[in-house]
Amino acid sequence: MNRPLSALDRPNSYIGRSVSRPNAKRLLAGRGRYVTDLVLPRMLHAAFLRSPYAHARIVAIDVDAARAMPGVRLVATGADLAKLCKPWTGTLDHFKGMTSVPQLPLPLEEVLWAGQAVVAVVADSRAEAEDAVEAIVIEFEELPAVVDIDLARAPGADRAAAGLENNLCFHSRLDTGGIDTIFADAAHVVEEEFHFGRHTAVTLEPRAIVADYDCSEGRLTVHHATQTPYQFQDLYSRHYGIPEARVRVIAPDIGGSFGMKLHVYHEDMAVVGLSMLTGRPVKFVADRVESFVSDIHARDHRVRARMALDDAGTILAMDVEDVTAIGPFSTYPRTSAVEGNQVIRLIGAPYRMRNYRAELSVVFQNKVQTSQYRAVGHPIACAVTERLLDMAAAKVGLDPAAIRERNLIPDDAYPCESPTGFRFEALSHQQCLARLKTMMGYERLRDEQATLRARGIHRGIGIATFVEISNPSPAFYGIGGARISAQDGAIVKVTPSGEVRCLISVTEQGQGTETIIGQIVADQLGIPCERVQVVTGDTEVTPHGGATWACRGAGIGGETALQAARRLRANILALAATILQAKPEALTLQDGIVVDAVTGAERISLAEIARIAYFRSDTLPPDASAQLSVAHHYAPQGYPFAFTNGIQGCHVELDVETGFVKILKHWVVEDCGRIINPLLVDEQMRGGVVQGLGAAFFEECLYNDGGQLTNGSLADYLVPMACEMPDIEIGHVETPTADTVLGAKGCGEAGTAAASAAALNAVNDALAPFGTSIAQIPMTPARLLKALGRI
Amino acid sequence: MPALALRLQAPERLIDIAHIPDLRGIDLRDGWLRLGALTRHAEAHDHPLIAAHAPLLALAAPHVAHPAIRNRGTLGGSVALADPASEFPAMMLAMGAEMEIAGLQGTRRVPADEFFQDLYQTALEPGELLVALHVPAAGPQHRCAFDEIARRRGDYALVGCGVMLTAPAREVESARIAFFSVGPTPIRALAAEAALTGRRLDGEAIRLAQAALSQDLDPPDDEQVPAAMRLHLARVLIGRLLGRIAEGP
Ligand SMILES: Cc1cc2nc3c(=O)[nH]c(=O)nc-3n(C[C@H](O)[C@H](O)[C@H](O)COP(=O)(O)OP(=O)(O)OC[C@H]3O[C@@H](n4cnc5c(N)ncnc54)[C@H](O)[C@@H]3O)c2cc1C
Repeated sequence: MNRPLSALDRPNSYIGRSVSRPNAKRLLAGRGRYVTDLVLPRMLHAAFLRSPYAHARIVAIDVDAARAMPGVRLVATGADLAKLCKPWTGTLDHFKGMTSVPQLPLPLEEVLWAGQAVVAVVADSRAEAEDAVEAIVIEFEELPAVVDIDLARAPGADRAAAGLENNLCFHSRLDTGGIDTIFADAAHVVEEEFHFGRHTAVTLEPRAIVADYDCSEGRLTVHHATQTPYQFQDLYSRHYGIPEARVRVIAPDIGGSFGMKLHVYHEDMAVVGLSMLTGRPVKFVADRVESFVSDIHARDHRVRARMALDDAGTILAMDVEDVTAIGPFSTYPRTSAVEGNQVIRLIGAPYRMRNYRAELSVVFQNKVQTSQYRAVGHPIACAVTERLLDMAAAKVGLDPAAIRERNLIPDDAYPCESPTGFRFEALSHQQCLARLKTMMGYERLRDEQATLRARGIHRGIGIATFVEISNPSPAFYGIGGARISAQDGAIVKVTPSGEVRCLISVTEQGQGTETIIGQIVADQLGIPCERVQVVTGDTEVTPHGGATWACRGAGIGGETALQAARRLRANILALAATILQAKPEALTLQDGIVVDAVTGAERISLAEIARIAYFRSDTLPPDASAQLSVAHHYAPQGYPFAFTNGIQGCHVELDVETGFVKILKHWVVEDCGRIINPLLVDEQMRGGVVQGLGAAFFEECLYNDGGQLTNGSLADYLVPMACEMPDIEIGHVETPTADTVLGAKGCGEAGTAAASAAALNAVNDALAPFGTSIAQIPMTPARLLKALGRI
Repeated sequence: MPALALRLQAPERLIDIAHIPDLRGIDLRDGWLRLGALTRHAEAHDHPLIAAHAPLLALAAPHVAHPAIRNRGTLGGSVALADPASEFPAMMLAMGAEMEIAGLQGTRRVPADEFFQDLYQTALEPGELLVALHVPAAGPQHRCAFDEIARRRGDYALVGCGVMLTAPAREVESARIAFFSVGPTPIRALAAEAALTGRRLDGEAIRLAQAALSQDLDPPDDEQVPAAMRLHLARVLIGRLLGRIAEGP
């Protein structure tokens, strides 16, 4: 054990250490406080009557019987809430030509999807509210439902909502030029039509909200299971006309989110109005059935794509058409166009390809709205690119690993730019691929595969390279006119007993944000982690900031905390120097004690400094400044996004008689820049991979021709469970970003970005001897049996 | 309970039978194993008498949902509910069990073959209670196998099957085969049973039994699982189960 000392050997060096979560014990002990647990005095409960039709006109609503039911305090229709709430429209200025119909909490004349909330009942208990919902009578006139993406775009097609000119929400084209000629002259062309099913987040804790309007002060407090409290503070303020300073949004413990809990939902907006109308706190918690028909869905793409290569297997060009269906309107305030936009911009991103053409059509239909969900657009872009590359490898006669070696952007070629305009600071594709091959024992697996095939056992190996967008700047939403912050803010302060509190705008939904912020603050201050308390998720307590979305908590929130802690440290040392009559440069902090920077001799504890500052300022010289609280904001500068990269491998066994796939093992090598906490990065990877494998094999929101969701329960909608999941082995490469001191990029979406692509390639590898293939996820047994010609 | 939670049923009265001692207990008498209706799924999983004399129940139990549900669900409840996708009702058929039913008129015993009548429909009349399940105790001359094909461990299966052969020597003397998740009730595969009876259990016999399933099963067609797929999986499954028995322990 004679290794040289590293930065990690210094006391309180927490950046890079697997510190376990301070909140884990509390949550495991059942002491979590979720919105669902919240009981306020005089609180009422809301339930909603939902549309049984995918598209219909509301002819008449009769609520008299419901109003007379026991415990009922209010029955409210669209017209009642429209008097209070301004409508919203989910478009952004930088998506040119984008359109969508305005939305209100409850509809006035038209319902747009099966499950849409139409009338609200507020009662003393949820059960009474539900009983009263059954007594409401609505006369609907059914309208044609727009379901199919091709019929939706046909001339003269029925429209998904009145007020639309046609069913096209957004259309976009990228073209570097000369694509047709390149394809005509190419030695090899591969092409495929891909289908990516709809799925949804299925968080353990469903959406939950308690709105509490106090008419005496005109003040609104909303306890909201969301990732983005500040965004909702702004929205509730603007749409209900309450000054921002009188709107407080509190996001307590949250049982998972994955992007699902940062969008505006009709019920949530309605609950605010219901509280204003009743003057009492009103609670709504979606039950599981409601979650399936009202939480955003994700994906739903049909992609036709082709790739041209030279005879050595070098990619010359790609040509892509993505049609994605988003429901009857675009989600507010982040829109439903970001996913498709990212698909067409991320395709081919890991490779040296220079020529590219893509067309995106975002289409309305009468189903649940779709919008941003973990790894927005990434899995689609990755699967299309990686599957075509495997098809190309087979055609050229190269091994899948070899064709990637040939085409990856070399690690020494940075900085560089993708044909779609993404600028890459520094990525490590080659290192990651080399590491993955070692971890998988790639050559050995290929040998084993050949041996087993001869015995009728059909295994497949798939690999998939990815890039991930993280640390987004205002280029993401701000420039489009959305009041969604790209910066974060933190207040770090020393308490009178010498402990430290960090109030920060990034939020926690189970991923460990609070843990890493605590690590960074403790590390930078030189105090034990246990003495730092991190507070998040309350607009009245923490500074304004972007909170949690798109992989920004560590990269942007972490840098905010780092810079804030450095400023506080300087203030502490300056004060210590005054007290000790020393120079600040001669002092440093270690384990919560100010020590001599050279000898390490203890001089004064942080607790003693705090005691003097807070209680005996009379003992300080008149010009001494005891600034033991620091407020600091940080906005990303430099590159508009910090791209991360990595590669995944998947090993499967296909039962060719049953169409069932056993996932034997999965590997990830990822590069998220500076790793703050390896344990948490590994957890993010594993969780992300499981979500990706869910999409690949299990999860799909199925609709019938009438636009009805046919599997909206946890018995029918299959989430991936532990028994079906493989061991997931993770390796790391660290290429810190030079844009920040911390050097961290995001890692929360990387697992999901490429897992389904690796699985798709693995299954196709297993299918190869049968001369068949699959280009649709989820890869269900029925679809595989069909591909195999067994049914 | 799920029906209540989904507001699909709103009965005026619920009667809690969990504390009636007569509905409990597992004992072996005169070649029959008597299982009180309140026997938990978890007991089917580990009770030594069940392992020895109703091995199909023990084999099926680990596939029924997850431990939390097996600790609460009862064999009587499962059989009375008669969910066609459920494991235990089909095993009652495969084992040739008899249901002991009590009503105001006294008690009666109904063989499994007559008990399961249609979708969620059993021989139970209004006002009657399922008291116990009587299973002919299996012995060394019996060979059995159970398996199911489910998307995830613990899910209701796409197809499941229990096989019970009486095979004291090399030939199959008699066979009872029951499928679940292939129709409105648990279903006995009579043609497949006939194909095996009196034959050596070899590859040819297995193929005949597989082929016979098209006479026995007429599975429903739904978009996720087409009828042809269920029938195909049923064939694969019975082939594997019979193969397992033929290979011996
Ligand atoms: C999440 C989940 C997963 C499940 N997965 C499976 C599975 O994979 N396979 C499977 O087979 N089952 C499964 N089940 C069903 C479960 O195993 C039980 O069998 C079922 O819920 C019955 O429960 P119970 O015994 O409490 O009966 P109850 O729910 O109390 O009763 C069911 C019905 O039978 C009637 N009943 C009950 N006992 C009697 C009696 N003695 N006499 C007359 N009528 C009676 C009741 O009135 C009621 O109508 C699952 C259940 C859940 C909740």
